[in-house]
Amino acid sequence: MGVVLGTFSMHTKQVSYRTDKVDDELEMTMVCHRPEGLEQLEAQTNFSKQELQVLYRGFKNECPSGVVNEDTFKHIYAQFFPHGDASTYAHYLFHAFDTRNNGSIKFEDFVMGLSTLLRGTVRDKLEWTFHLYDINKDGFINKEEMTEIVRAIYDMMGKYTYPALKGDVPKAHVDAFFEKMDKNKDGVVTLEEFVLACQEDENMMRSMQLFENVM
Amino acid sequence: MAAGVATWLPFARAAAVGWLPLAKKTMPKPPIDKKNRNDEILFVNVSGLRFQTWKNTLDRYPDTLLGSSEKEFFYNEDTQEYFFDRDPEMFRHILNFYRTGRLHYPRQECIQAFDEELAFYGIVPDIIGDCCMEEYRDRKKENQERLAVDTEAEMATDTPLPPHSTHRERLWRAFENPHTSTMALVFYYVTGFFIAVSVIANVVETVPCRPLKGSKKDLPCGEKYSLAFFCMDTACVLIFTFEYLMRLFAAPSRCKFMRSVMSVIDVVAIMPYYIGLVMPENEDVSGAFVTLRVFRVFRIFKFSRHSQGLRILGYTLKSCASELGFLLFSLTMAIIIFATVMFYAEKGTKGTNFTSIPASFWYTIVTMTTLGYGDMVPNTIAGKIFGSICSLSGVLVIALPVPVIVSNFSRIYHQNQRADKMRAQQKVRLARIRLAKKGTTNAFLQYKEEGGFHDRDHDGALCLKNRSSFEHQHHHLLHCLEKTTNHEFTDELTFSEMCMTESVGYRTSRSTSISSQQGVSTSCCPRRAKRRAIRLANSTVSVSRGSVQELDTLHVHKTTIRPQSRSSLNARTEDLKLNCDDRDFTAAIISIPTPPANTPDESLPPSPAIPGILRNSRSSSFTHETVKISSL
Repeated sequence: MGVVLGTFSMHTKQVSYRTDKVDDELEMTMVCHRPEGLEQLEAQTNFSKQELQVLYRGFKNECPSGVVNEDTFKHIYAQFFPHGDASTYAHYLFHAFDTRNNGSIKFEDFVMGLSTLLRGTVRDKLEWTFHLYDINKDGFINKEEMTEIVRAIYDMMGKYTYPALKGDVPKAHVDAFFEKMDKNKDGVVTLEEFVLACQEDENMMRSMQLFENVM
Repeated sequence: MAAGVATWLPFARAAAVGWLPLAKKTMPKPPIDKKNRNDEILFVNVSGLRFQTWKNTLDRYPDTLLGSSEKEFFYNEDTQEYFFDRDPEMFRHILNFYRTGRLHYPRQECIQAFDEELAFYGIVPDIIGDCCMEEYRDRKKENQERLAVDTEAEMATDTPLPPHSTHRERLWRAFENPHTSTMALVFYYVTGFFIAVSVIANVVETVPCRPLKGSKKDLPCGEKYSLAFFCMDTACVLIFTFEYLMRLFAAPSRCKFMRSVMSVIDVVAIMPYYIGLVMPENEDVSGAFVTLRVFRVFRIFKFSRHSQGLRILGYTLKSCASELGFLLFSLTMAIIIFATVMFYAEKGTKGTNFTSIPASFWYTIVTMTTLGYGDMVPNTIAGKIFGSICSLSGVLVIALPVPVIVSNFSRIYHQNQRADKMRAQQKVRLARIRLAKKGTTNAFLQYKEEGGFHDRDHDGALCLKNRSSFEHQHHHLLHCLEKTTNHEFTDELTFSEMCMTESVGYRTSRSTSISSQQGVSTSCCPRRAKRRAIRLANSTVSVSRGSVQELDTLHVHKTTIRPQSRSSLNARTEDLKLNCDDRDFTAAIISIPTPPANTPDESLPPSPAIPGILRNSRSSSFTHETVKISSL
């Protein structure tokens, strides 16, 4: 008898749970996400404790709930590139950071990504970049994926550039890129081809060093 | 860019690594950041209340005081903190701005105090968050209105006339503010009286008087005593015309004056009379002429110049134009709807009053405004039902916009009351200020009298001790000024005495124009001194001076002055001897930048470019050997 009543009430509770979607969402945003301990993060990344503290303070200030969703990310990124439309690139960037693919970036993801970009080895950085370009994460970069990325980057430039964007500049850019990267000319670029081609490019190696002290 | 975004900038820069493989050119070098990356806690002491915050927090907004290097000026080495001598309660809000990126306006604080704090800390008020922006704007507007009213009241009525006003300006002022002079007041009351007379005459002339002998019909008084009324009308119109022409003449901007409401009313009030004069005694036109006489009632609006309450009412109606418009519009809609309904409801009834929809308008209006004359009444049941609905809705529709209008009127009325009170208090305030000013100058003069200048021995020094160091320094400053210009301070009383009692020809020319040629000049004390023609021994002085500045000086100098190239003064100085021994005489100087070529006299200081110094020599031991006129 009690069981029957219990299941009954459970059932009704579930129904009401399903209908209250809005309140549900509100509750979700109220929930805070707390990162793992400081020591753990220190072990997993190449940042010192102070740096992690500074990073977390900034992050927490911006996102008190502890997570960044894609819209917020797009909005933030768009502030840096007011001339053009940064939403597409931000989308790809978001997914590059969101390693667990659950639609939100937590502090750990944020810090891991930054650690790779700023304190990682050259190979780590190149791997990260490869993952950024590989939209469907299948281990290969094909022309379509590359074109999308390049177009997204050119979108950030906006309309008013010097010299003006005439013709299909992104396509030409992609062709040049594939010329360089695709060693065996099979139409896709693998990770090894990518790393090899980049390591041969001295300019790029030099530029990579410049980004060390951003933090 | 929002400040919070600055936190993400390192992240965005790091993500730029993703562009590297695609880059066609080498990346530029990043800016070298020499700053110590480790974050530190800063201490900020605001009037004793200690705040602590991260340095990064303050660095978020580098164009404010706390975010820039400007705060180093307030750094206290001993206590290792930044000290600000400001309101600690307000600082809390300022600091929260840095922390959250949004500035909030505390409702219990005075808007001006808040603005001042923001200005001090270099924060632009536009950053106030949306939650508090509306309140901030409202309070600010209210405050500005209040200040505007106050300054208007200050400037408007009781400021004394600038000394160079022309007749026209004086006339205009007399018209606008009748309280300034008795003539204006008299004129004001006379016109008011004639307005009243004219309006009463208009009213009375339609009253039926006893008929002439032999006639049965009652005659309106206007026709019985037509000559008398005509004379009265003529007199009033003459006065009004005269007033209008005078105002037109005196107005600073004639076009603007002609477009103003009062002037239009004036014109409309007097035009019918003239048109009536001009128009022939034609039967056809006299119908139109009769209509024109209706406009004579506009004369009553001329009273609004005399009554402030009327003006307030008019202003209220103007400012509530939108509410009134809404009222009118909604009423019109309702009238049309109900009139239509009533017409069709009553259509069947025999001998009904509701002959057409426009005829039903009258019923609807009378019912909605709850007048209910009863000249048109519905007979059918449907008509009665709709009639009752009509009257109920009328009450509602009219009751809605009325409170808005009332509150507007109340606000404006109270503002005006406040303005009047301010004006009354202004007089007291000005008197107090004048007293204070006199106090300070008198203090200096007293100081001089007691011989504070010279090095005193102990006795003298004792009596000077009870003055604060501030006063000492101030007096020293004034003394330096005296020495610089070689003129001394004096007070108003002695100066005006001097003006009145001088009998020696000294030259003062008031205006900048060189009218002294004619020997006519106004005295330096416009109110009391009489105007007299000044004997001009040497009229060439002002001529020789090219520059046009005011000359109003008399300089008494103790030592003999050898007037050298003060061209025409040379001859004069020996002549002029003031024959007052004990009397104080004073001189007033107004801005004398003497061209250096004209003053090789070494006794005169080379920099007489200091305005407005009065000089007094009280000491009776002065022998007035020379009188020197410093001119321009």
